[in-house]
Amino acid sequence: MLYSALLYLLPASFRGEYGTEMRAVYVRRRRDVDSIFGWIALWLETLADLIVTAVQAHWDVLRQDLGHTFRTLRHSPGFTFTVIAVTALGVGATTAAFSITDHVLIRPLPLPDSERLVALWEKVPNYSQMEASPANYRDWKRMSSVFEYMGAYRGLAVNLSGDGPPVYLEGSSMTAEVFRLLGVKPALGRVFSAEDDRTGAAGTVILSDTLWRSRFGADPTVLNRKILFDGKPYIVIGVMRADFYFPRREVALWTAMRFEESDFEDRNNNYVNVIAKLPPGTTATQALAQMNVVALQLEKQYPRENAHVSVGVEGLRDDVSNGAKILLYALVAASLCLLLITCTNLANLLLARGMVRRKEIAVRTALGAGRERLVRQLLTESLLLALAGGTIGIILAVAAAPLLAKLVPNSLPIAEIPAVDFRVLGFAALITTLTGVGFGTLPALRNARAGVAGLQEGSRSGVGGRRERLRGLLVVGQVTSSVVLLICCGLLIRALWRIESTNPGFQSEGVLTMRTSLPMPKYEATAKRAQFYNQVLAGVQALPGVSGAAYTSSIPIVWRGGVLPVSVDGKLQDPTELERASMRVVTPGYFKTMAVPLLAGRDVSESDTLQTLPVAVVSESFVHRYWPKDDPLGRHFHFVEIERTVVGVVGDVRVRGLERTSEPQVYLPYKQQKDAWYTWYAPKDLALRISGDPSSVMPAIRRIVATADPEQPISDVQSLSDIVHSDSAPRAVQVRVLGGFALLAFLLAGVGIHGLLSFAVSSRAQEIGVRIAIGAESRNIFAMVLREGAVLCAAGVVLGLALAYAAAVSMQSVLAGVKPADPPTFIAGICLAALMTFAGSLLPALRAIRVDPIAVIRNE
Amino acid sequence: MTDLLDPIPLLPLPPATFHILLALSDVDRHGYGIIQDVSARTNGELKLSAGTLYRSIQRMLEQGLIAETADRPEPELDDERRRYYRITPFGQDVARAEARRLVGLVELARVSGFVTGSA
Repeated sequence: MLYSALLYLLPASFRGEYGTEMRAVYVRRRRDVDSIFGWIALWLETLADLIVTAVQAHWDVLRQDLGHTFRTLRHSPGFTFTVIAVTALGVGATTAAFSITDHVLIRPLPLPDSERLVALWEKVPNYSQMEASPANYRDWKRMSSVFEYMGAYRGLAVNLSGDGPPVYLEGSSMTAEVFRLLGVKPALGRVFSAEDDRTGAAGTVILSDTLWRSRFGADPTVLNRKILFDGKPYIVIGVMRADFYFPRREVALWTAMRFEESDFEDRNNNYVNVIAKLPPGTTATQALAQMNVVALQLEKQYPRENAHVSVGVEGLRDDVSNGAKILLYALVAASLCLLLITCTNLANLLLARGMVRRKEIAVRTALGAGRERLVRQLLTESLLLALAGGTIGIILAVAAAPLLAKLVPNSLPIAEIPAVDFRVLGFAALITTLTGVGFGTLPALRNARAGVAGLQEGSRSGVGGRRERLRGLLVVGQVTSSVVLLICCGLLIRALWRIESTNPGFQSEGVLTMRTSLPMPKYEATAKRAQFYNQVLAGVQALPGVSGAAYTSSIPIVWRGGVLPVSVDGKLQDPTELERASMRVVTPGYFKTMAVPLLAGRDVSESDTLQTLPVAVVSESFVHRYWPKDDPLGRHFHFVEIERTVVGVVGDVRVRGLERTSEPQVYLPYKQQKDAWYTWYAPKDLALRISGDPSSVMPAIRRIVATADPEQPISDVQSLSDIVHSDSAPRAVQVRVLGGFALLAFLLAGVGIHGLLSFAVSSRAQEIGVRIAIGAESRNIFAMVLREGAVLCAAGVVLGLALAYAAAVSMQSVLAGVKPADPPTFIAGICLAALMTFAGSLLPALRAIRVDPIAVIRNE
Repeated sequence: MTDLLDPIPLLPLPPATFHILLALSDVDRHGYGIIQDVSARTNGELKLSAGTLYRSIQRMLEQGLIAETADRPEPELDDERRRYYRITPFGQDVARAEARRLVGLVELARVSGFVTGSA
């Protein structure tokens, strides 16, 4: 009946004791009821009573258990400390890994209806994601009907002058639709309207929170103020909120993007990012279907420019590289592995402690504590320990969050450091509870089962046999997980080494780089730029310790793009094989400064001007692609509008970073850049080779630049070595974190083996004593204990190797060419596991041969 | 377990506990009997619920105020599911101490003029 069912709300001990009587009372009362209202009143009263009583009774039990737990734990501080510390590590690692992965891969972007935002790309053979040309963007927008809004934006770099020293700022210029489709409101003022996009309208700018605070002292009256970008006036119309990061974190300001008619002329000048918002219920796939039709129509209409140009539509959320995803998933998997090891280790610890506490448990059972009551008591203990450990773990995870910031790709409009909020705390709480239940349940059930048997003498072996098998299995699990972690980490370390030892094509040591981005149209004239470069380079080269200095469009790795189509000897290329090369405009001495080897011919020179033959220096792979057998010098190729002649060949440079093969490179002399032509490529990065402390020359360089143009800021001062290192920094961070996990797992597994064998030795002291007494040699006893450890280890290693191989295959794409079955790594993994087993077994084995047979036998 | 010699730490008693002690002052009773007796003594004003009763009983057993008794009434009046409770000497001490405390309290109230009419 219902009342009996409701009694299950009560703690089992209370129910067992008083349930029958309570039911009897209820029955008596019901008998006195004579109307339906009386019946309802009785039930309301009964229900309220049962709920209140249940809460109170549970609270009574909990209070008792907590009191008991505190008393017991105070008597074993070593045990308490170990459990709390191990839990803290497990929960901390898992929480940190979860918070970063959730931040980067799972959580919706911090934009309203972010799941409806998509990015649109031009797709050409070999390039799955290219910016669009303004003309194609305009046609996409005109010819598609599937989107609610479509807008475009592009990167922007300006020099802010007036009110203090000039600064170089990166921003984004965007069409009015972009803010509308992002659905964000400014903290102050307004966002762009269609009016701002109109040609000839006054320049308007929206500031980022950071810029507003750093440059304008968070002045609320900044609205409508006129500020100067590249010498041109802009009116501040708004300030965004601090958590708005679109399209990237570094963006400090937004201006309206305007297209002039001339922008639509070149369909192959791809520089705008396209973003769109889908109507509710429409998927990216549906949008893609329509865009494919649009792309085909455009290809028909512009067979030459749009040959093989299709469209990609991808959720904004998914703009995370596969590599970054795999690294994060690996991190989560590793942390779960660690958590599993934590739980098994703790379970083992509790099982062992249960053996020690057999007497206590037996006494309590004999005094009438039910099994349920004991299990509950033991679980309270483990949950309390887990709670303490979990709290410390969360603090660790929060403290570690900034260390993981390098794993957050800056392609997403999200904060650099994941916020600790209810989502993360909830996860941590869940993990903590699972840990507490996970490591507590099994030992609690087992220990409570032992019951009164613990009081009987000589009852040890009876229960111990099964229990040791269970503990053995747990240890095998630990060894397996730690082997998997060790091997995966080893493979990633090998991959990192391989990447770090990749020759970037230049010598990064001793090179200092900085950016002086010349504002346009002030510096549209090539002669004006040349004057600036010459003045700065002459000044810099005269500084002590400087052995070379030059300007380039961009330092490799800093900017990886800038690839344009090439055709050779007037032959129209097969469009499916559309070949591209990376373009850089440089001043003479660039190769010498960067120590890029000059393999044939000459460097660009001051005498290469618009009046002389258009020339180019190309990289080795360029030569290999077009004239593998012939002398390349003097050959012609068509590149960026005109025919150019090869005058020099240099070594290849990893423009796209150490992990990717770059397109062949073409270097153009800076004086052959026409006025106002491809100004994005105008040299802006200064590289100088310097012996001694680079920071000592910075004041002098600032003076030199200020003399050349007082309004010209210097930004991005960094050594070339730092640039190269930053390329593999996410990996290095990841390897360090994984390495930490693997090390912990390794230690914990060792502790697990040690604990198990120690216990086995002490509980079998009698047997060992007898063996020694009847003449067994120490050597044999020693070997016997080691053998037990070795069996556990071997089982764990075999399983671990198989799982590690599977894991390695799944992350092959981030292994930078290291084979998933890389023998050195696997052998190292096996050796480490063997070493760990030996270290873990050593003490127990030594203890076993020191067993005093007389003492043991007398004891019995 | 509470020191058997000292009732003071248990004071003041929760009302339900005091009523249960009063109900058991003259005779051993089972649970439902206690409920009925308390109700009768208070003219139906206090009806102990089953939950309150048995939680109180559990605590009072632990504190040694009452004990379960194996003495059963005449078989024709008995129901074997029932458990009978008896007040312990310590329980009597505690009830007396609580009564003294209450009397003292009432005296204080009287001095302050809060108690009107005859006692």
